[in-house]
Amino acid sequence: MPRAGPLRVSIAADVDIVTARQEGRNLAEQMGCSPTDSTLVATAISEIARNIMNHAGRGEIAISAVSIDGRTAIEVVATDAGPGISDIERAMQDGYSTGPGLGLGLPGASRLMDHFEVRSKVGVGTTVVMRKWCPP
Amino acid sequence: MAVPILRQGEYLIATVQSAMTDTDALRLRDDLVRQVGEYRARGIIVDLTALDLMDSFAARSLRTIAHMTRLRGADTVVVGVQPEVAFAMVQLGLTFEDVCTALDLEEGLRFLDSRTRQD
Repeated sequence: MPRAGPLRVSIAADVDIVTARQEGRNLAEQMGCSPTDSTLVATAISEIARNIMNHAGRGEIAISAVSIDGRTAIEVVATDAGPGISDIERAMQDGYSTGPGLGLGLPGASRLMDHFEVRSKVGVGTTVVMRKWCPP
Repeated sequence: MAVPILRQGEYLIATVQSAMTDTDALRLRDDLVRQVGEYRARGIIVDLTALDLMDSFAARSLRTIAHMTRLRGADTVVVGVQPEVAFAMVQLGLTFEDVCTALDLEEGLRFLDSRTRQD
């Protein structure tokens, strides 16, 4: 599959969360993911986009098709220049939250995807990279 | 886009669209809680047939709606959760244990009929 540039959705309001998850679903479906997998991707995007809203106020979600070791995946990269996460291990635990949410955002999204990583620096920002394999 | 709410006898029926934003969810909560009093409604159906995903915010909003309207004297039943949506909710860790659910609108109406007759 030719690798197109990522589709970028800037996140600054709650309508942007809807746009990002719809774009994610569209691309997942185009890449041949099942309706269930497409829903998982869209739900994970919704959680991560809301994390950006709640903790950083604004940020960006980039969605693209990537090829890794000959397999195709849909990749979602969420970046913000917010306060950052001081204890990532703790943030990955269910029910742990410093914001208004249920504390399901990061751990919940990680359960929906095949690959999930968080990079964060306090005072600099947070990047979440998550992927789901697509059928060959 | 605001969630449309229909009145049918003693019931309110809210039909959620796929692109429900957080603002829409909060407005639905406020509208339903108010309309229970305005129309003396005894039951509420929230129809999610068209909703293509449920994240933690939407789930929390629906639970709040069910709890608040219960305090106002109306039962809420959530209907139409699609199979993929149910799967994603379970993976995400969302439970609806304290919210009544039914397969579709028809079952939801039957549920409310049985509930409100017992009261």
